[in-house]
Amino acid sequence: MADTTLTPPAHTVPTAFTRDQLDWLPWLEPLAVEALTERHLAGLVDAARAKSPYFRLLARDPDVLGARTRTDKDIFYNADAGLPRAERELAATAASRFNGCIYCASVHARFAATYSKREADVQRLLDGGTGVDLDERWNAIVAASVALTATPIAFGPQHVERLRRAGLDDLAIADVIHAAAFFNWANRLMLSLGEPAA
Amino acid sequence: MSGPHNDVIDALVGIAPGTALDAIRARRPDARTHAQTSYRALFAPEDFGDVTAVERFAVARFIAGLHEAADVAALYAEGLAGSGASAALRAAVDAAIAEGRTQGPYGSFPPGPLSGENTAGPVYRVGDETGRGLGRRLAAAFEHTHMLIFHPRDAAAPALQALLDAGWSTTGIVTLSQLVAFLSFQIRVVAGLRTLAHA
Repeated sequence: MADTTLTPPAHTVPTAFTRDQLDWLPWLEPLAVEALTERHLAGLVDAARAKSPYFRLLARDPDVLGARTRTDKDIFYNADAGLPRAERELAATAASRFNGCIYCASVHARFAATYSKREADVQRLLDGGTGVDLDERWNAIVAASVALTATPIAFGPQHVERLRRAGLDDLAIADVIHAAAFFNWANRLMLSLGEPAA
Repeated sequence: MSGPHNDVIDALVGIAPGTALDAIRARRPDARTHAQTSYRALFAPEDFGDVTAVERFAVARFIAGLHEAADVAALYAEGLAGSGASAALRAAVDAAIAEGRTQGPYGSFPPGPLSGENTAGPVYRVGDETGRGLGRRLAAAFEHTHMLIFHPRDAAAPALQALLDAGWSTTGIVTLSQLVAFLSFQIRVVAGLRTLAHA
């Protein structure tokens, strides 16, 4: 039988960026939990991810999923110097806000707010978009993330200079680049394989 | 295009062992390793499954062309030729790049407070002659890819149905989506690190 798309159950469509917890409903059939093989579980990396329809859908190509997840974890969780976690999450939020991924922005805005304790600034970024005035360091990180997210890419030496003036060393700037670049990966999966639900 | 440590991002950026950027990448060893593992899993997998090598390289070449990322585009053009793509197909990919170039991200939000941020832009449809060169599956994949690159917030279930109708399987669509998403990452890491190296 030919594959078909899924029609999600009735749900509330979020119409604004939010730090609230959202659900994600797939448009294609995830693998069933009981159908997961060792190779699929290896791709999920954390066994708990088998609960997520998003990860069970991506598990259809388990090697790519596993490599994606390990890349993601090191970019955001590696605590060896560089950019503080809060600002890696800020870069992820800015890229997601600019591309328009309400689901991704919700998750990473929560992390940015939690780690920075700057809930009001994170919320202003969600509400007002990537042009809002936060402070110079955050403005520089947001502007760099947005320029890197544009297609064709608009990131240039002026963004690097501004980040350096704001106090980032080159490892921290490389972290901004990776965090924003990674959300150009994540946004496109979350936006195109299913939809958020409030 | 393989560099001294056989890492495609290092090769594309021109990162030589012992340089400052080599040391920076070494501080995030899993990200470096698994960006490479991702590339291998997409372009040299154990099993190509539901997406052929020609299709993978054609989509990657198309994406790099849309980004006007010359070095990355050259890598995938080389891969496309090496995968056995015909001259007619390669010409159709080049034609699609010329047809599809624009600037993103644009697109619409769900009706509500964000509607004021809706930004109009082209919805790419493969030209007739280009479509004959690409064939039905790749023509559908290119239209979907163009949306994901330039206006991903317009994605909706009917776009996936169009891929299914053109002969893509559910698992094939997951691989295609990962290809588009990974290339969006790889091109940005290369551009960002190259800028950092020279700034």
